[in-house]
Amino acid sequence: MSGPLLSARGLTKRFGSRVACRDVSFDLWPGEVLGVVGESGSGKTTLLNCLAGRWQPDEGSVSYETAAMGTVDVHGLSEARRRLLARTEWGFVNQDAREGLRMSVSAGANIGERLMAIGARHYGDIRRTSGEWLDRVEIEADRLDDTPRTYSGGMRQRLQIARNLVSNPRLVFMDEPTGGLDVSVQARILDLLRSLVDLFHLSAVLVTHDLGVARLLTHRLMVMQGGVVVEEGLTDQVLDDPQHAYSQMLVASILPV
Amino acid sequence: MSAMSSLLSVSGLTKSFVIHAQGDLALSVLRDVALEVAPGDCLALVGPSGAGKSTLLRSLYGNYRPQSGSIRVRHRGDWVELVGAEPRVMLDVRRHTMGFVSQFLRVIPRVAALDVVAEPALRLGMALDEAHRRAELLLAALGIPQRLWPLPPATFSGGEQQRVNIARSLICDYPVLLLDEPTASLDADNRDHVIDLIRQRRDQGTAIVGIFHDTAVRDALATRLHHVVLPGVPT
Repeated sequence: MSGPLLSARGLTKRFGSRVACRDVSFDLWPGEVLGVVGESGSGKTTLLNCLAGRWQPDEGSVSYETAAMGTVDVHGLSEARRRLLARTEWGFVNQDAREGLRMSVSAGANIGERLMAIGARHYGDIRRTSGEWLDRVEIEADRLDDTPRTYSGGMRQRLQIARNLVSNPRLVFMDEPTGGLDVSVQARILDLLRSLVDLFHLSAVLVTHDLGVARLLTHRLMVMQGGVVVEEGLTDQVLDDPQHAYSQMLVASILPV
Repeated sequence: MSAMSSLLSVSGLTKSFVIHAQGDLALSVLRDVALEVAPGDCLALVGPSGAGKSTLLRSLYGNYRPQSGSIRVRHRGDWVELVGAEPRVMLDVRRHTMGFVSQFLRVIPRVAALDVVAEPALRLGMALDEAHRRAELLLAALGIPQRLWPLPPATFSGGEQQRVNIARSLICDYPVLLLDEPTASLDADNRDHVIDLIRQRRDQGTAIVGIFHDTAVRDALATRLHHVVLPGVPT
């Protein structure tokens, strides 16, 4: 193991006078899935967008160990270089699949677009790979030419996952990937994400308010409250032996099934 | 016993729980605990209910975070300190060195029993065929009917889930095994299957720390006893 894949140092982001996240630092190592949990408004999504280079932090930095170009300062990259990174080595799974998909083009084209971004040119190969990924995310082959508009919410989310993972990314950012879906649909997506993370040895940062999702998918947790990381540790440590008052309150609020 | 020959070495271990919702109520559970476990040892934790046996076991696995003291384990040829260890160190120790058998299976939706059992071996890089073969041997040895192997264990009985969990914890040959009531909800036959499997591991040199409520199980497995008492309570 060489070094961390992603390192955040002193990340702070303000919106006007309000601090959305303050002084967040951590290292993500290859193969690790880090969960960021907390209530809505705790700064999780702000942090995720700063990590992925979508938003510029007011203070602090994010460095990423690329596959080919050594370590880069995510916010120091040109827009073109950052977009290239986002299309090739990274994935970003939005809570709302409509934000991560192109709704007016076919499912096959949604997947194929990522492949073309990494240099695939042969139409037959692209179509075949798109078909394989549709199958992998359990969407029937005869839906390849349909647009995601005709898909259910769960299918759209699975298509978004396929679109993100087809280019074999090393790091995936996920923002509430199962939010707003029925529990049975959720279970299917969780199972899918879990097996894909294992299969491709992915590293990921996963934002969720659902501690059950965090328990199932993540190795490590950071608990955020009011923009500040109040506790971190192994997922089972934080959930079974929470130390901070806020983490204890979150864990105590889980509804038993 | 010399620390040289042991696989697990604990000293000065102290753990309390602070419950913020109860006005920062502090419950002191472990104080200055010390123990050594060598290959082939099976150390049984004994003490009344609530004395801190599970807390000690979970602290050894890094599931609970002690305030102070030392838990050192022989991990891939080196001594590694687990108190305050970084998550990736703890995960590596769990992947390669330390297995934990709890009473309860944390069910994963939609995953077949066979794959639940095979998963830790696959994570260590074992080929799928070999991992499945081992999983089948263990499930058979633990008396799980073959027709259940392709099904997710969510709908299994408590005893079946517990045996799936035991199979999952035994599929890798961990040098150190932690057992929390491994036979708690099993009938006599199934209990004997579990005892046989664990005794085999012990005799092959696995270092074991366990909580065995059932004295027959304890008598069959334990080589030594470790008495656990709450701080401040006379022995």
